Amino acid sequence: MRSRKQLLETAVHGIFLMLGLVTVGCVLLITVYLVVSGIPAIRQIGLVPFLLGDTWESTAAQPSYGILPFILTSIYGTAGAILFGVPVGFFAAVYLAKLAPTQVKSIVEAAVSLLAGIPSVVYGLVGMLVLVPGTRALFHVPDGASLLAAIIVLSVMILPSIIKVSITALEAVPKEYEDASLALGATPIETYFRVSVPAARSGIAAAVVLGVGRAIGEAMAVMMVSGNAANMPSLFESVRFLTTAVSSEMSYSSGLQRQALFSIALVLFLFIMLINAVLNFFLKGQKEG
Amino acid sequence: MKKFASLMLVAVLALSVMAGCSQKTSGTVTTDGSTSMEKVIGALGEAFEAQNDRVTFTYNPTGSGSGIQAVLEGRCDIGLSSRDLKVEESAQGLTGTVLAYDGIAVIINPDSPISDLDVDTIAKIYTGEITNWKDVGGQDAEIVLIGREAGSGTRDGFESITGTVDNCQYRQELTSTGDVITAVSQNPDAIGYASLASVKDTVRAVTVGGVAPTEDAVKDGSYVIQRPFVLVTKTDTPLSEQAQKFFDFATSPDAAELISGAGAVAAN
Repeated sequence: MRSRKQLLETAVHGIFLMLGLVTVGCVLLITVYLVVSGIPAIRQIGLVPFLLGDTWESTAAQPSYGILPFILTSIYGTAGAILFGVPVGFFAAVYLAKLAPTQVKSIVEAAVSLLAGIPSVVYGLVGMLVLVPGTRALFHVPDGASLLAAIIVLSVMILPSIIKVSITALEAVPKEYEDASLALGATPIETYFRVSVPAARSGIAAAVVLGVGRAIGEAMAVMMVSGNAANMPSLFESVRFLTTAVSSEMSYSSGLQRQALFSIALVLFLFIMLINAVLNFFLKGQKEG
Repeated sequence: MKKFASLMLVAVLALSVMAGCSQKTSGTVTTDGSTSMEKVIGALGEAFEAQNDRVTFTYNPTGSGSGIQAVLEGRCDIGLSSRDLKVEESAQGLTGTVLAYDGIAVIINPDSPISDLDVDTIAKIYTGEITNWKDVGGQDAEIVLIGREAGSGTRDGFESITGTVDNCQYRQELTSTGDVITAVSQNPDAIGYASLASVKDTVRAVTVGGVAPTEDAVKDGSYVIQRPFVLVTKTDTPLSEQAQKFFDFATSPDAAELISGAGAVAAN
């Protein structure tokens, strides 16, 4: 009896291990595949002309593969989304975690969850039909498909992750901290911003980094509103992100062009790894602090 | 361990069943390639399946370049390309057979007063030589150029016909015909291009050199912005029986009506 039980135990253990290894295997497979397929083009083009070249003409008779416009666009776009999204998300989170009446809180939280569940193509479509013509009319530019439109779409898309993670961090602040502050005569608002927020700061930082990750990795929605011309980034110009550079040309590409697209994916992958490392750093800080 | 062994057995069996399927490809015609050819090839495939009820027809819309690559690697029977084969592609042992011609319509917003442009003017607009609508008789507003992404068959067709290859100053490079039409319909100063078969009422097609983009004008060659729809096969390897049958059917005069029903103009 005992040995049978043990056998079962081992078998279940083995199955769980295998399932766990599937995830690890996928990550490894993707990493290896990206590195293997991304390196050849970088070698052929040269690392410096590839990363710092400012012209992307992949199908021209004399092709040039410079991805600096894409890198800068991705950085500017993400920074812009953070600039708009973080203040809104942060204050919304403070309100929901500390100030909102229970009913309001449950309704708004449901709405935020719904926002997280909307497929990115829907964001893109609404952006294309409302935001792009709106930008054009509001700023009197020839065409509304621009970095600004992409930034606005991204700002909305990163709100749910920022709000949800920040709420979790704020709610984890021990109530004694706040009670002590209130007992010393501070107003509730003073307490929340001078005590609760600093106590939850690493969690809030993690929320911001999560937002950065979401913004830099988004392809579908920005492809539909940013115009996709390989220009250097400028607020009202049509721009192309790292993600959209890969996805817009992949279906028709061949030869060195295709390999260069894999190299762009590799650059994007490194960016995201970096963001994950930063995220881990903050989350660790939260546990210790 | 017994459970594990039986699980493995099931897995092996399932795999062998799948392997068996892929070997038994008789009765399937696979096509792969140009997204612009979707309507035409869809109509032909449906009719062909209806005539031969034991044959399955598949179409994988990946793009002209991918389709040509797929034939070359033997991943499909017939490749679909909405441009002529390049010299290096023919040199790899591929043959292209023109199935039909597709007119590329130059589209503008219905609110624009422009109705006619000639190829020269279109080329000047797309290369950035003319940047304001008032230079071609329209309102005083900057022209917004909408096009397709690099590698698209429509873009390649449009640029090679108008002689603007690699010189177009696109404001927007979109990845589908539908997106181009939507973008043009949203902006009164926009100009774009799209497959004639896909043009909808939300945009207006201009006449080119006085010739409207109609099927007749494409067929007799008077409408100049047009490109071929090509069936790509291997030169040396014969097609399977059912693929050859489809090829003969698609290039026969009987298919002409289906092709024109799908908005293109049959070559035969």
